[in-house]
Amino acid sequence: MISLAGRDILHSWGKYAFTGVGLGLLIGVTLSMAGIYRGMVDDGKALLTNSGADLWVVQQDTLGPYAEPSSLRDDLYRSLLGLPDVQRAANVAYLTLQVQIADQEVRVMLVGIRPGEPGEPRYLIAGRPLERAHYEAVADVKTGFRLGDAIQIRRHRYTVVGLTQRMVSASGDPMVFIPLRDAQEVQFLKDNDALRNERVRVLANPVLNRPGVPGLAETLSRSQESSRMVNAVLVQVTPGTDAETVAESIRRWKHLQAYTRPQMEEILIAKLIATSAKQIGVFLVILAIVSAAIVSFIIYTMTLGKLREIAVLKLIGARNRTIAGMILQEALGLGLIGFMVGKTVATLWAPYFPKYVLLEPGDAVRGLFAVLLICAVASIVAIRTALRVDPATAIGG
Amino acid sequence: MSLPRHWLPLLLTAGLIGGFGYVAVRTGPLAAIRVTLAAPERHDLYPALFGIGTVEARRAYAIGPTAAGRVQQVLVEVGDVVTAGQLLAEMTPVDLDDRITAAQAALARARSSLAAAEAQVREAMSRREVAEPNARRFAVMRGRGFVTQEAADVKQHEANAARAALSTAEANQAAARQDRDRLLAEQSAAMKLRANLRLYSPVAGIVTARDAEPGSTLVAGQSVVRLIDPGSCWVRLRIDQARSAGLRVGLPVEIVLRSHPGEPLPGQVARVEWIGDSVTEETIAQVAFDHLPDALTLGELAEATVYLPAIAKALTLPSAALHRLAGREGVWVLGDDGVVQFQPIQIGVRSLDGRAQILAGLAPEAQVIVHSERELHPGAAVKSSPTLNGSRQ
Repeated sequence: MISLAGRDILHSWGKYAFTGVGLGLLIGVTLSMAGIYRGMVDDGKALLTNSGADLWVVQQDTLGPYAEPSSLRDDLYRSLLGLPDVQRAANVAYLTLQVQIADQEVRVMLVGIRPGEPGEPRYLIAGRPLERAHYEAVADVKTGFRLGDAIQIRRHRYTVVGLTQRMVSASGDPMVFIPLRDAQEVQFLKDNDALRNERVRVLANPVLNRPGVPGLAETLSRSQESSRMVNAVLVQVTPGTDAETVAESIRRWKHLQAYTRPQMEEILIAKLIATSAKQIGVFLVILAIVSAAIVSFIIYTMTLGKLREIAVLKLIGARNRTIAGMILQEALGLGLIGFMVGKTVATLWAPYFPKYVLLEPGDAVRGLFAVLLICAVASIVAIRTALRVDPATAIGG
Repeated sequence: MSLPRHWLPLLLTAGLIGGFGYVAVRTGPLAAIRVTLAAPERHDLYPALFGIGTVEARRAYAIGPTAAGRVQQVLVEVGDVVTAGQLLAEMTPVDLDDRITAAQAALARARSSLAAAEAQVREAMSRREVAEPNARRFAVMRGRGFVTQEAADVKQHEANAARAALSTAEANQAAARQDRDRLLAEQSAAMKLRANLRLYSPVAGIVTARDAEPGSTLVAGQSVVRLIDPGSCWVRLRIDQARSAGLRVGLPVEIVLRSHPGEPLPGQVARVEWIGDSVTEETIAQVAFDHLPDALTLGELAEATVYLPAIAKALTLPSAALHRLAGREGVWVLGDDGVVQFQPIQIGVRSLDGRAQILAGLAPEAQVIVHSERELHPGAAVKSSPTLNGSRQ
């Protein structure tokens, strides 16, 4: 049995293929849009996964360290290590800033870590981890840095010794990892002018600069200039322990806020990127409706274009089911071509987006069914028109 | 049906399916994770410690008054080279000079008194020398009955009185001498106090600070000038306690001053402090230069690399291969059957250039995953690649 739809497509395959490709590009855009949303969510999750923590301990009553500023004394981790079921605890400092690369500026999230402790990059794609306690950096490859590059951050130059990837902040800025002590300095050390002003201010204060107490003003200035603060303490609990139990005891006895992984995901995804996600969601819905409408129009006009042929078919005694089948098959074929083209182009152009685009296979499968459903529904109008054609028009004109 | 007529659509369909298939397999979770592999290698391992410090003088001197006072003059400028014993500054003596004059006058008076006392002693001695022979003569004459008993008694009394007068004069002379000694000591004390207001350099060195100018009032403990012994400059090095194992005196050090980033200077660990910094969790060591550089600024930031003894032919791996899974240190190993597994291993020292010593737990021919595109998990599908750098995402 010959395929009526196949014969018809082959008859004007060029037009059919171009329509399919055009539809495919539209579907590609839709899939990319879903990918952008998934990418945003995944950025948040990647941030949490990469920190390798079971608990985030932050300043009391804050949603830190990612959604709100939080600052803690850097010796608090010792008291956390003393709690039962806490296996490891490490200070970490986060700071978003612009760094210069070649002639361009790139926005990065600077992460201060203790090498070998939670918070360090979980895998490298080149180079080595931080070995020196100062002035070395591991950068995400998206920053554009290469091994051996020097990054100037405030007062010091950092040498890139390792590269990693998919280490991003919740807003998708690539990360640069540097030793904690340096990050504390970058974050809290004032510039030289401010330091001088502060010293003069202390010296000018008669209460602090008393003649009978030599050295008081200098000591006070020094204590103002040093920084012993971090943004969060990452805690790993003993395997098999309920993180929430440990978090509860930290909240109760240490008077600090502690978040578990699900709570942190809730903060990042439901609070931090909620508005952007909704924005993209609305756009995605509109795009899906527009795509559906365009598919319907294409199939309808395709059917209108061959009304005379359909009339001839009717004249030679073709059954309605055969004609409806032909139109439905053509519509589904169009959807299939469109989906394949869309999925392929979306995958091919995804790496060129500045932020991460995650094309999930689940989304692709759902997309396929949605496309086929839309095509099937869209062909109903066309089928109704085809079936109402008077066979007499085949010879009448 | 002629084949040439439909070859193009068929080709396009095949191309589309092929492209789709490629996309489906090469990306997403189905795709294999690209990794780089390395086998443990025998290397000479040069472990080293890294820290930063500041240039400081081992011996610094703060020269100031021992009591509150006002600065009268400062004789040296910052940068002056001074010798041991050189006068650097002087404090205002206030009434000290007058007190010295008074003491001198009192001393002169005491000396005069002493001279008078000595004269009295001489006079008394003279009286006694006359009175005693007289008494003896009268006693003899009384025995022969030439004089009365009364006359002899009077002469005896005169002799006794002359002896007593001598004792008195001698006592007076001793008191005058003691008085003179006391005033001499008082004068000496006043002069020492005066000398104490002159600030001398205890050593040969360089003036690093002139903290007070003439006219300013200082309390005890504040400095007028500060000196250093330039030959005693060293670097106070701070090393993270977590990575300070093996630090000891005598290890060779490479010092890089912030002002000369390209010129490492040789040195060695001169002292490891017993007291570390418990707040910053750093161990403190003093590093001496082998040869002092010409221009050295105190307080300058210096980076120092301390070289520990090399370990010959150690079994090593790139430190990028080391991971921690469920609280254990180890590496991801690609087995002969192509299955990725986590292998706990025991790690020894690490070198600053990114190699780690393997103590136990790994076969020498094992294929260890060094770099990976994504986080690995047991049984992950991987694909070996010579390098991963340059991939876009």
